[in-house]
Amino acid sequence: MDDTFPQIEPLGEAALLVRFAPRLDDAANRACVAFRAALEAEPVAGVEETASSLGSVLVRFAPGAEVGEALRDRLGARDWSAVPPPPRRWWRIPCSYGGEDGPQLEEAARMAGMDVADAVAALSSVRVRILALGFAPGMPYLGILPDVWNLPRQTGLTPKVPEGALVVAVRQLVLFGTSAPTGWRQVGLTAFGCFRPGRDRPIALSPGDEVTFPAVSPAALREGAEADDQGHGGATWERLE
Amino acid sequence: MTTVVACGPLVTIQDAGRPGHLARGLARGGAADRRALDEAAALLGDCGAGIEIPGAPLTLRLSAPAMVALTGAPMRAEAGGRALDWHAAHPIPAEADVTLRPTGQGVYSYLHMRGGFDTEVVMGSRAAHLIAGIGQPLASGDRLAHAPSDGDARVIAVADRFDGGVLRVLPTPQTALFPEAEIARFEATTFRRDTRGNRQGVRLTLDGDGFATEGQLDLLSDFILPGDVQMTGDGVPYILGPECQTTGGYPRIGTVIEADLPRAMQAPPGAALRFRFVTLDEARAARPRLPEVAPLVRHAGTAELLRANLIGGVISAKGETE
Repeated sequence: MDDTFPQIEPLGEAALLVRFAPRLDDAANRACVAFRAALEAEPVAGVEETASSLGSVLVRFAPGAEVGEALRDRLGARDWSAVPPPPRRWWRIPCSYGGEDGPQLEEAARMAGMDVADAVAALSSVRVRILALGFAPGMPYLGILPDVWNLPRQTGLTPKVPEGALVVAVRQLVLFGTSAPTGWRQVGLTAFGCFRPGRDRPIALSPGDEVTFPAVSPAALREGAEADDQGHGGATWERLE
Repeated sequence: MTTVVACGPLVTIQDAGRPGHLARGLARGGAADRRALDEAAALLGDCGAGIEIPGAPLTLRLSAPAMVALTGAPMRAEAGGRALDWHAAHPIPAEADVTLRPTGQGVYSYLHMRGGFDTEVVMGSRAAHLIAGIGQPLASGDRLAHAPSDGDARVIAVADRFDGGVLRVLPTPQTALFPEAEIARFEATTFRRDTRGNRQGVRLTLDGDGFATEGQLDLLSDFILPGDVQMTGDGVPYILGPECQTTGGYPRIGTVIEADLPRAMQAPPGAALRFRFVTLDEARAARPRLPEVAPLVRHAGTAELLRANLIGGVISAKGETE
């Protein structure tokens, strides 16, 4: 197999997949976000949809359209990992760490080699990027965390984490958009609704957005959520250009 | 207005779904059998959003006359006590009860009315996407608005796709991770559609070992499309459906071509399924033409009459028959 990246491969009958890396890699993910933003800003004729994931960009085209050559030209035009990030949002999503809201915080902190207070200080101040949205609509995979957070997934699954759970593993945070079983460890709880079909912006987050999870008390989390009629759990955001 | 008088589980409103949200983790969704949607559109002109029925009984009461198309998995259909041919459209008078019962052929049946049901639009589509939390299954007492319509009964020529068979597949970016011998065994294996299956995906069973890639690969999660044949950790394949997740880390050994995806989704539990790799050109050449529609002779209730009528002359769906 060819091991030079990026690679363009067919995906089904009406899409191409541009893969920037075979492994999780910050530069490759930045390239995905930048390349997709460029395709959205200046569309290639015949392309109907683009999307970026952890390490690839999907390009779906109309039946019969021929977009491969144009895509190769665009891809080769520059080093996409060095392109400045496109306009994005910086979200601050309140999170209640530990206790009943983060039942595995102690375990995760121990595995990362720090005490609980240091773990909360680290997780509540780190500014992470949305690497991809998936699993459930609008559900973010965020990173890339420092190497101490390269925790393996649990071999036995947690039967259920609630919607809004903040979980950690493999140098990433995930904010659960649904209640589901998981091998990731729950360190906190937010009241952020990843997907609300009736909202003006049903899915508020986008790949490339930046997020911090400031620590709040369990009571403050719930009060903030109560007061937020958009279902963002008291989160705020500002635009970054 | 149409009232749901009685309704089995997981009966939903579906249309062509809501494309364009893969970047945000929302699959397109929409009718599990896209061909049935094309057939309804050919029968009615404009079929809009219709009712998808996964092997469940359904009784509707119409308060206004409507042209009603019945497509997809054949059901036993009656209106006001009169039997209705399947793969056909019929003018149904007001105050008639339409009753549908499963026959065990196929999985997903469709009832459309000309112009479609006027239910709530969410993100550009009326389709329920239950896994994502959009919409609800229909329940008795629900009232569905639609425009009144009338016309002549019509029938459509349909290729059988309701009992499994051969599914043509294209390679995926992960196909080459499987050893050649495993690919050959995959093509030589007869699978059975498991009882476990829904709009997210259909589980297959097989005699013998599951299928695994070489080595213990920790694959980076990547895009999934409906039709992908995903090998889970224990090597059991799932064919992914319209409500599949948008990305995943299990390898996909192949992806069912668009022409055969209706056959994959319509295979009833126990049906035999096999896979055959084809090229992209073959996949594109296999796309079916528009369905062909013919008038249905009034009062024809029997299969014999139906066949005689079809032989009499099939006309293009684009042509006028009225």
